Amino acid sequence: MFTRSEDQQLFESTTSRFLEAECPLDALRDTAERPAGYDREFWRRGAELGWTSLVVPADAGGGSISEEGVKDLALVAYQFGLHAAPGPLLGSNVLAAALARWGTTEQQAGPLSELLSGRATGAWALAEVAPHDALGLVQMRATESADGFELHGVKSPVEGGLDATYVLVTARGDQGLTQFVVPNGPGGPRVAPLHSLDMTKRFARFEFDRLHVPRSSVLGHAGGADAAVGWLTDLAVTVQVAEMCGAMRWALDTTVEWALNRYSFGRPLGSYQEIKHRFADMKLWLEASYAITTQAADAVDRDLPNRSELVSAAKFYVGRYGPELVQDCVQMHGGIGVTYDHHLHLFLRRVVTNAALLGTPNQHAARLTEMFAARQVAS
Amino acid sequence: MNERAVESVEDFAARARSWLAQHMPRAADGVGGFKGARRDDDEELAHLEHCRQLQRLLFDGGFAGICVPRAYGGQGLTPAHQAALNSEVRGYELPDTQVPTMTPCMSVILEFGTEEQKALHVPPILKGEAFWMQFLSEPSGGSDLAGALTTAVRDGDEWVLNGSKIWTTGAWWADWALCLARTNWDVPKHRGLSVFMVQIRQPGIELHRIEMLNGSREFCQEFLTDVRIPDSLRIGPVDEGWTVVGRWMYHERTVAGGSPYVTAPAGQPAVQLDTTGGPPALLPVLQGLGRAEDTRVREQIGESLALGLVGDALTAHVAEQIRTGAATDQWAALIRLWHGVAAVRNSTIAFELAGANAVAWSDEERRLGQTGVRFLMRQASCIAGGTTEMARNAISERVLGLPRERRVDVDVPFRDVPRSSSPH
Repeated sequence: MFTRSEDQQLFESTTSRFLEAECPLDALRDTAERPAGYDREFWRRGAELGWTSLVVPADAGGGSISEEGVKDLALVAYQFGLHAAPGPLLGSNVLAAALARWGTTEQQAGPLSELLSGRATGAWALAEVAPHDALGLVQMRATESADGFELHGVKSPVEGGLDATYVLVTARGDQGLTQFVVPNGPGGPRVAPLHSLDMTKRFARFEFDRLHVPRSSVLGHAGGADAAVGWLTDLAVTVQVAEMCGAMRWALDTTVEWALNRYSFGRPLGSYQEIKHRFADMKLWLEASYAITTQAADAVDRDLPNRSELVSAAKFYVGRYGPELVQDCVQMHGGIGVTYDHHLHLFLRRVVTNAALLGTPNQHAARLTEMFAARQVAS
Repeated sequence: MNERAVESVEDFAARARSWLAQHMPRAADGVGGFKGARRDDDEELAHLEHCRQLQRLLFDGGFAGICVPRAYGGQGLTPAHQAALNSEVRGYELPDTQVPTMTPCMSVILEFGTEEQKALHVPPILKGEAFWMQFLSEPSGGSDLAGALTTAVRDGDEWVLNGSKIWTTGAWWADWALCLARTNWDVPKHRGLSVFMVQIRQPGIELHRIEMLNGSREFCQEFLTDVRIPDSLRIGPVDEGWTVVGRWMYHERTVAGGSPYVTAPAGQPAVQLDTTGGPPALLPVLQGLGRAEDTRVREQIGESLALGLVGDALTAHVAEQIRTGAATDQWAALIRLWHGVAAVRNSTIAFELAGANAVAWSDEERRLGQTGVRFLMRQASCIAGGTTEMARNAISERVLGLPRERRVDVDVPFRDVPRSSSPH
């Protein structure tokens, strides 16, 4: 369990009740049929609850519950995981956080205010295709032209890329990483839908074929976005792991309940020591995941020097043990656990999807070693 | 009453900082805390003498027993003060004899001892004059503590102890032990136990040192034959020793972090296995061999680094849950399980990183060779201090609420409970 202030508890329970009412698990399978995977009105009402304002400072039109905006957002993400809820939580918040910190007055008056109200949604086009698909590798070119930039390259997979109103594009220019905020639609990049595991999430492949974008679409300074991309990555990964904690919690609670009520050979399933010991391991994985996620969120909130180390430790751990936990819950259920009718797969899809995006567990482990080695050299 | 206003944590931390800088020797490795390097007996005894001096230094400076009442030689402060001290001590030498002396042994005395017992036994501990050990496990079984066969029979104002204890670290050099013994064979097992304070070097106690597969001779077995001790050395009521053991085990679990009686650099557990042989420490060696660029090597070292950070986070998280009452102290079993499985992973990773040099090495390759010996000892981290199986029982039954194991030994007199035909 996360530690929460009273205000945070109240805020979280409002989101929890809303999600329970608006996206009950039985209805989630229907979202597989919807183009965006969620309903625009649902998202707009969520934005009214504060889902898009938490990592946006008050002077930019946002507001956190606790002065710990990242932790507040992590609590929303946790509830999203607990309900396997749909919606562009990650993309909209990453873009809103970026606009609030580095956006021009025009960018804040336009895209940011639309994101805050929930009228618009965001997506982050960061990941690229093989052979430069590893975490942090950005090869897409941004070439300066007379009145702006030309973007050239492929971004994929882009979560929420099909229906996002605005896209944050991370590219490499002559002077270094540069970010752009571009409208999604006619005149924008070519967008192709991808197949995906998570039924409520939509992914797209973006092709930029020397796409011209005006200078006004640059976010912050051209060539000066390395630190910003680093912080946004850590923010996004924190949202991911918090969401996974929620999905893990649902799976474990549901499976403990099942093991208490399911009888085999005249005894509850959960009375067999072999089964109990596996539950003990799962409980350890869950509590360790909470613990490191909390520290990661705190480090991103306060921009601590070891921020990225804690975030990568969280992604490594939750990314490796989250899927293991839900898979073991499937095993405890037996055949019913791999059916379409049982809800478990909704949560399995969520943890597996998050584990694979924005750096695999192994990539984050390798990143930890690189940070560690750099620190050794520095000292 | 001489009521002193409690010093603020900030003032205390500032005072500790300047006192440490003036009086405490700096650790050679710059980190401080506890080291587990193997020594021969002479070196070990010299090291223990050094630990006694360090403890005395802390005592004389007013930094021993932060949470121990002033009446027993402590400082009468709070866990927050201890935590503040722990944040200041990194980089200084500290006595590595605090476990099990300070906790669980002193913790148990503070919790269950009479005024006289506390006044008599706690000050020597804080002054570094007495090292304590635990006479707990027996050859008949390590996990089933309540199945103790060592017997104490009352004889006037004395008790006569007979039996054998095992896995006592450092009994050959320690002074005192907390000893669990059976005082009644005619009641169910948990209701016939008592706890005693036993001086280790006395007539009737014979010590045997056990050689482990890695050559270590830290562990001892003790044979008790007609050992006579006064009733004033009994801790807690007769036949109610199991209540004492419950808290004893709780304090032992806090050794991994969160004990208010242990002074150790913050973020570092009080007892560390294999600090020098952990996978991250191998990185320079692998760099020297030109293998550090290998993706697999980076992933494995990264896994070990992640486990370090997650373990620290988990320890703080569980301690916080217990402190605020959001969780029962049974949750400490999560920390015990973590340390077991994380140590196993680290040992395995180090072994794999070393490759062939883990099993055959030259003098120059000694660092890699050590990983092989440590790998052979790997399971010790899941056995010593309560097995991980016991921790998993506690988590599943006491934390998750799954059904308890069926017991055949609870409602019958202990003398009727089936036992192994031989204690081995």
